[in-house]
This record gives sequence, C-alpha cells and structure tokens, in this order.
Amino acid sequence: MSLVAEMAAKALRLNIPLSVQLDLTYRCNERCIHCYLDHDDHGEMTTAEIKDLLDQMAAAGVFYLTISGGEILMRRDFFEILEHARARTFCIKLKTNGVLIRKKEAARLRELGVESVQISVYSHRPEVHDAITKMPGSFRQSIAAVRLLREQGLPVTMANVLMTQNAADYRAVKALAAELDAQFFIDPTVTPMMDGDRSILKLNVDQAALEKVFRDEALVGNVEEFCAPPQGVDEDALDMLPCSAGHTACYVSPYGDVYPCVQFPLPSGNVRRTKFVDIWRDSPQLKEVRSITLREMPSCSQCAHGATCTRCPGLAYMEGNMRGPSSQDCEKSYARTGIPSENYKARHASPQPLQVLKLVQIQGLQPAAQNFSAKAPEGRAAVA
Amino acid sequence: MKNNLYVARSTAIAARALGDETMVMSASNSTLFTLNEVASVIWEAADGVTPLEQIVANKVCTQYDIAPEVALKNAETLVEGLAEHGILLLSNEPLAQPGSSREEMPR
Repeated sequence: MSLVAEMAAKALRLNIPLSVQLDLTYRCNERCIHCYLDHDDHGEMTTAEIKDLLDQMAAAGVFYLTISGGEILMRRDFFEILEHARARTFCIKLKTNGVLIRKKEAARLRELGVESVQISVYSHRPEVHDAITKMPGSFRQSIAAVRLLREQGLPVTMANVLMTQNAADYRAVKALAAELDAQFFIDPTVTPMMDGDRSILKLNVDQAALEKVFRDEALVGNVEEFCAPPQGVDEDALDMLPCSAGHTACYVSPYGDVYPCVQFPLPSGNVRRTKFVDIWRDSPQLKEVRSITLREMPSCSQCAHGATCTRCPGLAYMEGNMRGPSSQDCEKSYARTGIPSENYKARHASPQPLQVLKLVQIQGLQPAAQNFSAKAPEGRAAVA
Repeated sequence: MKNNLYVARSTAIAARALGDETMVMSASNSTLFTLNEVASVIWEAADGVTPLEQIVANKVCTQYDIAPEVALKNAETLVEGLAEHGILLLSNEPLAQPGSSREEMPR
C-alpha cells in the first residue's frame, strides 16, 4: 500500500476529512457551455467567514485543500485567503482558467507554496477552446498562464473535458501539455447542473468516441488490462465503499453549504449555522452516505461490473437514488469492456426518462520510543 | 553530540497531524512523509528557539522510556534527514525570536 493510501485508510478509520474542495465563488469570467454552475452571486461567504472556515478545517484534520470555483481570481481577496490557508499548512491545489494570471500572480502563487495548479484547456485550436468558453482570447490567455506558472516551477495540469465539440482534439491537447511541460488530464464526462438540469448532458461524447478514448494506450496504459471484462462481485467486494465522498472528503460551496462532493449535491449542512466539524461528524446526510456499501445497492450489487465500475454516487443521486446506478458510468463500463451493465440493459430494453431531482444549488508506526521515523518518501503524491 | 542545535519547521511544507502521526509534504517537490508518534513530538516542538537537546529532554524523555543519549542521537539523525529534504531547518543559532508570529500547526 502506498503512503498516500495508508494515510487515506487511517483517515477513514479516524473519521477525518482528509480532503476538501472549497469553491470560493461561482462567478466566472468564462461561460463554458458545459458548466454545471449558476454564476450569479447569491451571497458568498465573506473573507472573515472563509478564514474562520479554514481554521476550522485545519483543526478538523483537513490536509488536501482544493480551491476552486467559478473562477477563483474573480475574488479580490483571493490571495489574502490563499495566504491564510497556507499559514494553516494545507496542501493546496488550485483550479482556475488562468485568464487572470500574469507574471505577478504566478510569482505569488509560487511564493505561497501552492502544490499544483489545474487549468482547463479544451482544445489546441483557439477557435474551438474559445467557442466552448464563450470568451474570445481565452485560449491564448490560459496557455500564457500555463507558461508563466511553469516558468515559476509550479506543477501545472491541463484538464481537458471531453465533449462533442472537442472530441477529436484530446491527443493534440496532450501533446501541447507535453510541449509546455505540464501534466495532462482528461475527463470524459459532462455532468448535470447542480440544480438538476440535465440539458447539458447532450454535450457528452457518444459511445464510439468513448471506446476510442478507452483504447488509447497513451491515455490508459495497458489497454487489455484497462478494458478487461469484469470479474463479477465477490463477498469482499460487497463491502467496498463507493468512493471517498463523505468518507474522507467533502465539498463546501461559496455559500457555506457542505456536500459529500462537488458532484454529489446532497445538502448536508451549512457552516454559517453549524461548525464544520459538527457537520462532518453528525450530519444525518453524511452518515447515510457513509452507510452505503456495494451490498446496499440493489442493482449494482447484482451487476458484473459492480466491483470495477467507476460508479459515481453523486451522479446516481442526481438520477434520483444514491443507492442506484449512475447511467453515465454504466455507459462508460460498456464502452470500456463491451459488456453491458444490468442497468444499461434495462434502460436500453425500455428507455425511460431519468427521474430528475429538483436540486437546490444555494441557500442560503506504532513506534517503540527508540524509533523516530520518517517513512521513506515516495514520488509525487496523488491528491485524493 | 551537537550542542545547541536549533530546529524549525520550514514554511515551504504542508503538514497535518493524523492521529498520532504527522503527514508532511514538501512544497518544492511534493514528496510526502509521515512522522511517527515520537518524530511528531519533535516536529511539534521545532519552534526554532528551543535547542534540540532541550526538546528531547522535556518532550521525549519525559514521555518515553528511553535513555537521553540514545534519544538525542536518534533525534539528530531524524532532524538531519528531514533537513536534507528541506522540510526542517537546522542551525547552531536560534532560528526565530521567542514570541514571534510563527503559528502553531493546527492539530
């Protein structure tokens, strides 16, 4: 087990929220066609509220902090917040479009010891990228930011969300990332809006495009292994937890709402009314999420893909049942292995509209004393 | 034995206590370390103004059944190792003034 996995397992045993994504704002200078957010400001937390929350999160044991949005640099107090967070020794990853990053901002991010910066790049073709962001010039500005951050020595990941508009471009974006000495990350899933609106799902690539991505050795490594047929569900697998959401990770919105994950909009409390640690420990919603193992999922526990599926409990929740399947992941399992899931077969036998929730985005060693060890370091840590 | 060795936590790190251990990540290369219980005690006390010998005497030998010479030698090995990775600073002079604004690491 890697050191990172060991720490995650320990955090799970101790009920510690090891990893939090905090969105500072939903405001944004881009208007991406696939974005799941409402960009109006409905009462963001103040600087003082966010600093207090950061203090609470540090005290609760949060180590990995992802600061995202909206566009984080739309907040004039962004660097004040970041400085406060770094003083609390969080390991900080930033997600931004990079448009507002100039030499001064890049240098400041480096000074503050940010662990990494993720910048969305949708295509190597400016016209395609800009058409997705609906912001002319955004490709040039985002790529300029990648260069400035790399000049500062900061690790940068170029995130490429795959959709119909850019399905043919990911290899060129990966090559561009390599040219800029940045990491590359591809996300093949456009998700519903946080208010439950599923209209943007039409932007998702089709099965043929997904199959192509999943059989691209440059992306997945060993294709045979990656696309191997599922091995079924054994007794051990039935006790598996779906993912870290609500177990060692959670999400806090700009309005102080706490959810299991940014992609799992189950309202679980609000830090304006309740201390963060009390929400984490006592929220009935988070407790319910924690109680769900594969065994508790009527459909998925019977499915051959059950143990190896990338099922997202948040997407399942947005389909109407957090114990149910996530149809988007069923489609991915099928594209990957060629074997349909139970849910996939049922849906294609008698297609029915998905039950859509109306969601509310806002409201509001045990060592002997002689052993003073620091475990041997490993390479770059994968942030949970 | 190195007299008057002072130790201070680097600011270019991320760190958090996890139970009786401490996770520490170097900001320069994202290398992750975990410090065990005793190492965590030394890490916590590494304020830059308290000599390592005093930290070992007051924080380690009072809590653990270990000979002071052995404890100090092991502590020196630990801090030198961490200093090589840039997550701890070592000096023969105090590294920060008492009462400075250095903040305690949240537990």
